[in-house]
Amino acid sequence: VDKAWKELSNILSGIFCASLNFIDSTNTVTPTASFKPLGLANGTDHQLLRYAVLPREVVCTENLTPWKKLLPCGSKAGLAVLLKAERLFHSSYHSQAVHIRPICRDASCRAVSWELRQTLTVVYESFYSGQGKKDWSLFKMFSRTITEACPLASQSKIYVDISAKDKEKELLEVTPSPTSLHEAIVQGEKRTYAVYDLLSPSLFNTSRSLNVQLKWKQPQDSLELSTPILHAHRYVSGYGLQTGKISTLIYNTHPYRAFPVILLETVPWYLRLYVHTLTIITKGKENKPSYIHYQPAQDRRQPHLLEMLIQLPANSVTKITIQFERALLKWTEYPPDPNHGFYVSSSVLSALVPSVIATKEVDMEQSPLFTSLFPSSDGSSYFMRLYTEPLLVNLPTPDFSMPYNVICLTCTVVAVCYGSFYNLLTRTLHVEEPSKGGLAKRLANLIRKIRGVPPL
Amino acid sequence: MAPGGHPGHLGANSGSVGESGSWGPGEELQKMLVEGLALLDLGVSPYSGAVFHETPLIIYLFHFLIEYAELVFMITDVLTAVALYLAIQDFNKVVFKKQKLLIELDKYASDVAELIRTPMEMHYIPLKVALCYLLNPYTVMSCVAKSTCSINNTIIAFFILATIKGSAFLSAIFLALATYQSLYPVTLFAPALLYLLQRQFIPVKLKSKSFWLYSTQYAALYLCSLVVIICLSFFLLNSWDFIPSVYGFILSVPDLTPNIGLFWYFFAEMFEHFSLFFVCVFQINVFFYTIPLAVKLKEHPMFFMFVQIAIISIFKSYPTVGDVALYMAFLPVWSHLYRFLQNIFILSCLLIFCSLLFPVLWHLWIYAGSANSNFYYAITLTFNIGQILLVSDYFYAFLRREYYLTHGLYLQRQDGTEAMLVLK
Repeated sequence: VDKAWKELSNILSGIFCASLNFIDSTNTVTPTASFKPLGLANGTDHQLLRYAVLPREVVCTENLTPWKKLLPCGSKAGLAVLLKAERLFHSSYHSQAVHIRPICRDASCRAVSWELRQTLTVVYESFYSGQGKKDWSLFKMFSRTITEACPLASQSKIYVDISAKDKEKELLEVTPSPTSLHEAIVQGEKRTYAVYDLLSPSLFNTSRSLNVQLKWKQPQDSLELSTPILHAHRYVSGYGLQTGKISTLIYNTHPYRAFPVILLETVPWYLRLYVHTLTIITKGKENKPSYIHYQPAQDRRQPHLLEMLIQLPANSVTKITIQFERALLKWTEYPPDPNHGFYVSSSVLSALVPSVIATKEVDMEQSPLFTSLFPSSDGSSYFMRLYTEPLLVNLPTPDFSMPYNVICLTCTVVAVCYGSFYNLLTRTLHVEEPSKGGLAKRLANLIRKIRGVPPL
Repeated sequence: MAPGGHPGHLGANSGSVGESGSWGPGEELQKMLVEGLALLDLGVSPYSGAVFHETPLIIYLFHFLIEYAELVFMITDVLTAVALYLAIQDFNKVVFKKQKLLIELDKYASDVAELIRTPMEMHYIPLKVALCYLLNPYTVMSCVAKSTCSINNTIIAFFILATIKGSAFLSAIFLALATYQSLYPVTLFAPALLYLLQRQFIPVKLKSKSFWLYSTQYAALYLCSLVVIICLSFFLLNSWDFIPSVYGFILSVPDLTPNIGLFWYFFAEMFEHFSLFFVCVFQINVFFYTIPLAVKLKEHPMFFMFVQIAIISIFKSYPTVGDVALYMAFLPVWSHLYRFLQNIFILSCLLIFCSLLFPVLWHLWIYAGSANSNFYYAITLTFNIGQILLVSDYFYAFLRREYYLTHGLYLQRQDGTEAMLVLK
């Protein structure tokens, strides 16, 4: 499996122009409970699963271009026309994903085909850039509009969330008018979506381009966001370059339901975790996890892996802390800017969050987007995977300008010892005989005789 | 900085001392041990990670004693001091007897009356040795930091006691325990063997049959006890994992945590290509002084033991101040060499100065961020130079005294002027 993993990471690195070839055994772990293969995979043996994170790498234009090339129409037609790099990276958050899983080719499932799902997530801040108004349009965000649907697409739709919070229907207005409305229950809330079907002929007959605009009827003076039921925060504390503490805070804001969450932490080997300092405290009392899997790190070979199943009581904050010690690395193991620090990858929280409203079973054929983005196996809860913040940790650094000096000085000290002991061991004490004088002494005496001064 | 309230964790004071790397990793035993036990509880072998490098016997021993750890370390220090006291007491008797024999055999020159040692001056030496060990700030530091080297020191002290008393069996067992704990005391085999041979009045000649017989007996005892102890460790944890974790760790130096030795910065700045070569060179450096010292000092095995212990403490891969405390405890035994020491003032000032600067520069580097790793490295260098020169100074003084004993104290050249002694 490791050989296939290495090949896969190298191939992906080549396809996406990403530094995925830096994935090796020092940042790969084998999680036991947090991840399961999606789709039709039969295997439940976690030994075949690999998980790696490169926290130092960022997504940039070079990764966007091959990602767009994987789309059937590329960036020439359809929705991908909007994806131009200069507006896309001018955002607060950007994320690209490629998922591949095996699925049934038809209803009887006699043949298996591979499903490729690409997602792009961008968060624009229009409130601050749009002069205090939350109005947005496709043109404002992407500086272009959609002119035609991709001819190769069987479905091409735009969904705009127009859920009204306070049942005031006339709070916002979307132009042009949508082809239909769609209601779904997403993450425990009922949401209404305005649907623009790009393949329907009625959309493009009034104007050649489609520019979806949203206007708020009343001025919004505050941003009100409902807190999600499960959210987390992770930080590192401690001072000095020797020890530190990683703390993870997990919030369960559900008013009356408790649910378990699986926490997966991958810590690089040079932060030596002390598992006996692991404490989990909820509401002031200790909370013992029902499942712990800990794989300690091996120097320069394997990172730490800590997986725990923790029960989160309703309306509570759980604090998980673990202490670590920082190691001194060899001078070649530091990245180019060593004082920037080392990144610790995000920890992953996986949970089946109970939803306030029961979800209905939705057929995958009817709305493939929602079932893949917001999967739920039964009506009462939905699956959520959270990634916490990555951490930046400083390690003590040796002086990088000093390799020759250090080698010389240390070898000098060893040579001092060797020299003194060699003298003491191989030579014996003798009474000193007055010598006739070496060459220098004889010359000096000669000069003195010439000068008339007594000899040495 | 040390988090309070966690069971089994150090209190704030000792935590800060223990974390200060200068007194450092003879491993902060308490933390390591609790970590090892926690890993065992989770069903993971404590040697599967890179944090735990203690031997299984220590885990087993401290499994029951973890609550009383402070008391245990105090008791080990007291035991070491008592063992050293008894050992030196016996040793003094042996020295005196040998001196008397040599005087009667007329081996000494005529005017060396000042150099002959009297029982009066030797009376307080065992007490001085015990106090020198107990009151040494290095010993106190290592006891507070609860590092393994206190236990190492106890085992070596008992080994010395057993050797001086003449019991080859006990001496072999303690030496095997010491070797099992940290690899380097295997070099103490040679001085112990020489001492026991001397005690049995077997001359060290390569052709002599009794010499080989006794040597093989002692070696067999030592090797058998070592094998027994290793197999016992295997049965404790049911795996051979501890061998690469303990001995591989000592020999290959993977962990570069700063300590008072020379290795860590050297290997942190080493080119990858030469890493293995220099590891081998540095390890050989510890072991290869044994044979030349044995040849030179075969009449004086206790001094040989002292020099060997000093060499181990200076050049071992993870030295701690507890190791320094052990050989410094022996210095009162050679206090009669004081008049021949050449640099003792400078060296003692150097050692005191460096010991004071260690925690300061450590703090400046790691916590205040205003100093560099070079500052701490420089103090490491000077401290080790000080130790090396101290040992070689004592060695020189010892050889000089021996020369004077056999050739007379007031040497004259052929023309009657006072003579100078020179190493040639």
